Amino acid sequence: MENESIMKALWTVTDPEIPVLSIMDMGVVRQVDMENDLVVVSITPTYSGCPAMDTIGDDIKKALKEEGYQSRVKLVLAPAWTTDWITERGRKKLAEYGIAPPMEEAADKAALIDGERLVKCTHCGSTNTRMISQFGSTACKALFQCNECDEPFDYFKCLK
Amino acid sequence: MKDQSLYEYLLMLGDNSMILGHRLSELCGHGPSLETDIALTNISLDLFGQVRSYFQYAAELKGDEATEDSIAFLRFDRDYRNSIIVEQPNTDFAHVIVRQFLFDSYHVPLLEQLMHSEDETIAAIAAKSIKEAKYHLRFSSEWMKRLGDGTEESHQRTQAALNHLYPYLHELYHESPIEKEMKEQGIGADLSVVKDHSLATINEVIAEATLSIPESEPRMVRGKQGIHSEHMGFILSDLQFMQRAYPNMQW
Repeated sequence: MENESIMKALWTVTDPEIPVLSIMDMGVVRQVDMENDLVVVSITPTYSGCPAMDTIGDDIKKALKEEGYQSRVKLVLAPAWTTDWITERGRKKLAEYGIAPPMEEAADKAALIDGERLVKCTHCGSTNTRMISQFGSTACKALFQCNECDEPFDYFKCLK
Repeated sequence: MKDQSLYEYLLMLGDNSMILGHRLSELCGHGPSLETDIALTNISLDLFGQVRSYFQYAAELKGDEATEDSIAFLRFDRDYRNSIIVEQPNTDFAHVIVRQFLFDSYHVPLLEQLMHSEDETIAAIAAKSIKEAKYHLRFSSEWMKRLGDGTEESHQRTQAALNHLYPYLHELYHESPIEKEMKEQGIGADLSVVKDHSLATINEVIAEATLSIPESEPRMVRGKQGIHSEHMGFILSDLQFMQRAYPNMQW
């Protein structure tokens, strides 16, 4: 029962840059332990310099405090985070939010390096799209534009 | 301090990323186009993220209330261990790209080795950082080819940047006593292997970019020993200003 309320609280914490996505769906939470009365949450950064990590740490502590828990957030680097850890539900939420979810590695390279038209537009669904910039508004994204509907959109880069 | 050599090795790794990251951050809002501006500042952010990991670890070793911030901001110039190449200014976009490319060509094989370090924390930082460094190398290699094999002017400027920066490259490969000690302990990288991989990448990209490797002699510089170029003082006055003016300030 105790565990259930901890997990429930963690599910409410979202990525500040992608507010529809829970950190649980992101695969950022690696482990939850109890040290006596202290909840120790181990999280792993998506990118080394991701400024969202500090905010996520604070939000975890706040969410757990509301459930009556004192907590500590531990940053673990190994094993390194990969986009494979984003859940199926998380991928769906990303797309609904307007961010094309990461493709598998070979397709990702083909789209980002060779300019192949593979990334699906989050507005109209066409794969007739092109990369505008290898780097986007945050470290994890690249900027794309749809050749059909002309709208720009973000693509969440594959990280392996 | 028990782990003095390891501490200094961490400074060497962290300082290269920090000073280059700082140089790139100077381009925030000043990049030649929106896309390159965002790209260069993203790379800067990745590098600073890596620096935080190295310095958090270094602070643990140092004790004495050291923090990642005190290590980053409160050392004197002689205590910085970065190589001279990363101090070189953003003269023009060609210099920015050549400096980045030369560093990336070294950074990727360096991290490849550090991933297998006997030191678990260094191995973890390297395994995390290499994913980012590979993406940086991809970006800088493409721009090398685009600029070198571009217009007459872009070719000339890129060759000029290469002529200026190439002699500084060798310091990265030149093994200092600390690096030797760390290599022998299985903690640090073997720079002769790093050099081979780095030069292979450079030769391949330079050829495709229709540029030529300058024949100049390597410059004997000693940034790793704390002897820096005249640029370093200006960099540090900018980098350290907030902590010196408002000690212990936080964002």
